[in-house]
Amino acid sequence: MEIIEILFTASFWAAAIRIASPLIFATLGELICERAGVLNLGIEGIMVAGAFAGWMAVYSGTGLWVGVGVAMLVGMAFGALHSTLTVPFGLSQHVVGLGVTLLATSSTYYAYRLALPEVTSPPKIEAFQPFEIPILSDIPVLGQALFAQTPFTYLAFVLVAVVAVVLYRTPLGLAVRAAGENPNAVAAQGLSVTAIRMGAVIVGSGFMAMGGAFLTMSAFDSFFFGMVNGRGWICIALVVFGSWKPGKALLGAVLFAAFDALQIRVQQTSFGAQIPYQIFLMMPYFLSILALVVMSRRAEVPAALMVPFNKGER
Amino acid sequence: MATTKVEALSLNAITKTFGELTANDAVSFSVHQGEVVALLGENGAGKTTLMNILFGQYTADSGSVAVFGQTLPPGNSREALNAGVGMVHQHFTLADNLTVQENITLGSRPLLSPRLGRSAARAKIIALSERFHLAVSPDARVGSLTVGERQRVEILKALYRDVRVLILDEPTAVLTPQETDDLFATLRLAIADGLSIIFISHKLHEVMAIADRVVVLRHGKVTGGARTQDTDTKALAAMMMGVEAVPPQVAPANPGAALMELQGVSTPDVGNAPGLRDVTLALRAGQIIGLAGVSGNGQAALADVVGGLRAAAAGQVVLNGAPVQSWSPRTAVRSGIARIPEDRHKTGTIGDFDLTENAILERYKTAEFSTAGWLNWRKSRDFAEGIISKYDVRCPGADTPIRLLSGGNMQKLILGRVLEAGPQIILANQPVRGLDIGAVNYVHSQLLAARDRGAAVLLISEDLDEVMALSDVIHVIADGRLSPGFERGSMTPAQLGVWMAGQGFDKEMAHAS
Repeated sequence: MEIIEILFTASFWAAAIRIASPLIFATLGELICERAGVLNLGIEGIMVAGAFAGWMAVYSGTGLWVGVGVAMLVGMAFGALHSTLTVPFGLSQHVVGLGVTLLATSSTYYAYRLALPEVTSPPKIEAFQPFEIPILSDIPVLGQALFAQTPFTYLAFVLVAVVAVVLYRTPLGLAVRAAGENPNAVAAQGLSVTAIRMGAVIVGSGFMAMGGAFLTMSAFDSFFFGMVNGRGWICIALVVFGSWKPGKALLGAVLFAAFDALQIRVQQTSFGAQIPYQIFLMMPYFLSILALVVMSRRAEVPAALMVPFNKGER
Repeated sequence: MATTKVEALSLNAITKTFGELTANDAVSFSVHQGEVVALLGENGAGKTTLMNILFGQYTADSGSVAVFGQTLPPGNSREALNAGVGMVHQHFTLADNLTVQENITLGSRPLLSPRLGRSAARAKIIALSERFHLAVSPDARVGSLTVGERQRVEILKALYRDVRVLILDEPTAVLTPQETDDLFATLRLAIADGLSIIFISHKLHEVMAIADRVVVLRHGKVTGGARTQDTDTKALAAMMMGVEAVPPQVAPANPGAALMELQGVSTPDVGNAPGLRDVTLALRAGQIIGLAGVSGNGQAALADVVGGLRAAAAGQVVLNGAPVQSWSPRTAVRSGIARIPEDRHKTGTIGDFDLTENAILERYKTAEFSTAGWLNWRKSRDFAEGIISKYDVRCPGADTPIRLLSGGNMQKLILGRVLEAGPQIILANQPVRGLDIGAVNYVHSQLLAARDRGAAVLLISEDLDEVMALSDVIHVIADGRLSPGFERGSMTPAQLGVWMAGQGFDKEMAHAS
């Protein structure tokens, strides 16, 4: 019964939206890459790099939004590396992606040590603060859950709409969707598959880094090793869950985050106290796998995902 | 077709080499406005390379392309399209996840323009499809269209971009005769509007029907040309090959006992591909059964059942009078069924294996090639070299990776592998797809020879001409259903086309009831 009560509290839903925000950014980023036909396994490392870059920028004195921009640029740089290797050179997207994750993670830790050689505990920054949207935030339960978040969270939701509109309502989005399905169709219409795919991976990687930056600049106010903690991999599953559609991916991210928020709260109930807490930690992942199994049966995979394109080859 | 003297397109001394190979050697010709020029040549003659240069997908080493007097910048498809050159590729360049309209408008507006301009695009597409009789719904997803409809989308795509020169690379290869007639009707409307066409096809009677003029390419050079009104198909074939093509003579068949029978076999659909629906078929010794049909109508399912790759969900497979119990590729091979697979690259060979390994692929476990689990490489190699000399496989040696061979030579090795085992039943699925006339005649004569020594042959082909030329009995497959058998010469292409379009089955039902 306690579990049911939890589901009707504003704080539970507020936590779910907060936990979902970094996933939304990174899932959108991965979705853009995959829609263009490139699997970007660099996501985990790019999130780490973004988390550090945004936080470090603010720590060195820039404004918060400039910090977000810095994180995005760092992500785009790794995206440029990834796409150069996978698109024009056509290297294995698995190997390059894992390589980028390892490179981004370790060079971030290296940069951290270089920047802060003396500290034992990482310094804190003045992170994004919740901003209550007038009137809307007064709606019972929903208002506090949705409209009393930080501006960085609002940006995540705006971005879902922007990505959906660009993908389905502009020539650019049409070209991206076609590039992931049949690059020959794109080339035959006089467009450059290479440019479209590289662009998608670079922009997508920028969004992934923003997801990382959300952790250090909105969810928390500092940078820890291991703070991304597999969120990148979850986002790859969320893209499949969302059947490569932005709206459904958003739903998946919120669902996963709700499981996560729920397990924390159930642990603290009298019922939860009798069960080893590791079981609860496992629950969101377990339920995600179940949901994935159900959803991915109907998912429409971009047909040219992970298929390199060489101009003039039959 | 009246031709005016405006030069729509001219190719000037195009040369292109790939390493040692000269694909195009100083090729020059021109096309006038409203004229249809057929480009003829064997495989490897350089037709596709030339068209890819024309459409800006390759860059020529030297030479230039001019459209209405304007020289095109090399290697730029966008400029070619803007200048009015369009191309319908042999393998359609459509994205299945997009709608017809999205496929047509892709790339027609600057990428960074904020809107798709959908209502204007839609109006233009509808106007074009009405004017040129290209019936297709703008909102349909391309993935759900038939092959014929996809072709219409490809042509609409070119017309939407206001092309003035259209390249058609083997446009009729996958169409029924009726669809081909419709295509030609559409093209004639466009030609009357001043469209110029370069038409590539292996089907010479189609060339005679649609083209005003023929240009022949051989070994990368223009070796001849003629006006279609001054020539005939026989002369064209001779021009293409350099020697007169002699199609194999077909002696009357002498059918014997049924070696393999399918009795009421059904298989489930796989994705978009239909399975078999209550198919009954007998393969008799000394007889070639031809299977006609538009691709994707159950041919794959039938080939899989005969070849042992798929078991029947209902009905049974009978071999030499006895129903088979556990049906697998290995039992099929052991029972003397030889298979020429549809896709020689994907399922017929292993590209990185050499010719020896590929030659023994189906029978490496037999006593002929191994003892006590150890391969006998010397015997294997002798076997491969035997095939190479007997079937004239042109290759550097038996230790060459097979992916380096041309399609025709690869097919000859597969043919040798199949025939040297002395099979009782031969499953020939698209045995000459993509081969040139010389190789086609060779493969056909070998299949006929196998028939004459008493083998049962099942020939599956999308090329109706091939089925009609070779088969003693023709069945049509449409949506997984099999038509009754038609004796050689009892049906015209148009009559078979009706069955291929899925009509006729219902009439038969009506008769039966």
